[in-house]
Amino acid sequence: MTTQSRTADSPPRLEVSGLTVTFGGLTAVDDVSFTVGDGETVALIGPNGAGKTTVFNAVCGLVRARRGQVRVDGAPAPSSATGLLGAGVSRTLQGLGLFDRLTVLENVLVPLTGTSPRRPRRRTPGGSRARALGLDTARETLAALGLGDLAAVPAGTLPYPERKRVALARALVTRPRLLLLDEPAGGLGPADIDRLAGTVRDVSGAGCSVLLVEHHVDFVTDVADRVVVLDFGHVIAAGTPDEVRRDPAVEEAYLGVPAGTGASEETA
Amino acid sequence: MERLVFLLSTGLARGAVLALFALSLVIVYRAARVVNFAQAALAVVPVYVAFAITSATGSYWLGLAAALATGALLGTVVERRLMRLVPQDNPLAGIIVAIGLVMVLQAGLAIAFGPDHRPVHAPFPQRPLEVGGVGLMSPYDLFVLVVAAVVMGGLALLFNRTSLGLQLRAAAFAPETSRLLGVRVPRMVTLGWTLSIATAALAALLLVPTGLGLDPHAADVLFVNAFAAAVVGGLDSPAGALVAGLSVGVLVALVTGYASAAAAPPAVLALLTVVLLVRPQGLFAAREARTA
Ligand SMILES: Nc1ncnc2c1ncn2[C@@H]1O[C@H](COP(=O)(O)OP(=O)(O)OP(=O)(O)O)[C@@H](O)[C@H]1O
Ligand SMILES: [Mg+2]
Repeated sequence: MTTQSRTADSPPRLEVSGLTVTFGGLTAVDDVSFTVGDGETVALIGPNGAGKTTVFNAVCGLVRARRGQVRVDGAPAPSSATGLLGAGVSRTLQGLGLFDRLTVLENVLVPLTGTSPRRPRRRTPGGSRARALGLDTARETLAALGLGDLAAVPAGTLPYPERKRVALARALVTRPRLLLLDEPAGGLGPADIDRLAGTVRDVSGAGCSVLLVEHHVDFVTDVADRVVVLDFGHVIAAGTPDEVRRDPAVEEAYLGVPAGTGASEETA
Repeated sequence: MERLVFLLSTGLARGAVLALFALSLVIVYRAARVVNFAQAALAVVPVYVAFAITSATGSYWLGLAAALATGALLGTVVERRLMRLVPQDNPLAGIIVAIGLVMVLQAGLAIAFGPDHRPVHAPFPQRPLEVGGVGLMSPYDLFVLVVAAVVMGGLALLFNRTSLGLQLRAAAFAPETSRLLGVRVPRMVTLGWTLSIATAALAALLLVPTGLGLDPHAADVLFVNAFAAAVVGGLDSPAGALVAGLSVGVLVALVTGYASAAAAPPAVLALLTVVLLVRPQGLFAAREARTA
């Protein structure tokens, strides 16, 4: 059920195979497999309750898989926060999860303070305090997202779109190789969504792989190289945004019209 | 007028000790969301150690270093071996454990050292300096002010200017989010206790020569006044602890000087009541509480 056959020998950045997650008697995710290659952007879509967030949480070790595997660069994905950061995996948090009382700059510095081998070296010869704190990296990241002028402002005082960008900056500051975005376009207006799409393209252009959970169809079509459609915990379709849009199984899942043939077992 | 100047300057020195102790309460409250009712007993144990070291070696400074080290160690051990095991779902549990700890520590000290006051000598003279015929604070008061200022300045730098300080603040404001970002939250809670009890021990050590001497209850009144100051300041605010600590110190000095020592506790209580009536969250409290 792997959705892309890769020609390269190197393992994909993210490989989810046979992932099954249950909550009590409910199978929220059932035998889901897909990959995200280097610099590729994959969107996970599907109706409400399809299991998207659960897949996402299993990838970051927040829920335990009953069966199946999650591999990052060929190795089993670490489940601890520091382990994931160390493996170059970064995510935005549900409900933003900003520190309202810390400044924008401090918010973005927090992930650099943990012990991760990927953070800027602490004791570079002649390394300044600024270097030790990762200040340069943090300021660069803020500038890249147009937040440079807001560095000293408490995050809690910003309007929602800016807060959302701070959350994105905080995920990007560790220079991840795999970025997990939980509904990044949620609650944003068209202008901010365009800007977000630009950022996602920049990030993936720089070689970072992106897995995003998103409801906003235009945004997904805009940024995703491939789309994986979930329904009732199964992968019911996968392919480019256009292929997926033409897939009758997808239409059925979204419109809830039984199209005569079997239910959602069918895969692309 | 001369009397007022004298009372104000001594009040400031007492207030600096109060502010330091209030700051220690704020640090542990931020880190662990507990009001540590065992703070006074925990602060006095290191002072006994300092007293023993100073008696044995004749050096005040060795005693001071020993007090800081013992306070840090005590804070660490109490968090790791005791407070960490207290169930978090009921805030009363932590308070009851703290009160039990007070009983054990104070009884232990009384058994080990006896219940009597032990006179403690200050490292500097305690007679007021005179400037232009007006009695001001004593050299020891000046020493207390300088030490308190240096320690508070150092803590402010630690919390606001270092990577460790950022982790301490992040873990205090939103522990779950911090954990997901790779901050070792349990370690930060321990460190909060370490810093807090070391600071409290220093405050108690600075206080003892100005009081009746050292006994197991030597820091009890300090705790009560500092707790009032911390609450007035907002419990969560280092700046609030500083301002309210100095204010309570000056208030106590003025009331004691112009009325009587017996009038000081009701005056502090009145201040606390007024502030809580006007601004229940304290003078310097942040607008919103802790998030996930
Ligand atoms: N912690 C949990 N305990 C029990 N059931 C859960 C839990 N998390 C999710 N579920 C259930 O698993 C199923 C999949 O949920 P999930 O949140 O992954 O869906 P989703 O695709 O993200 O939906 P939405 O688009 O509404 O966010 C749902 O039926 C949900 O009720
Ligand atoms: Mg969801």
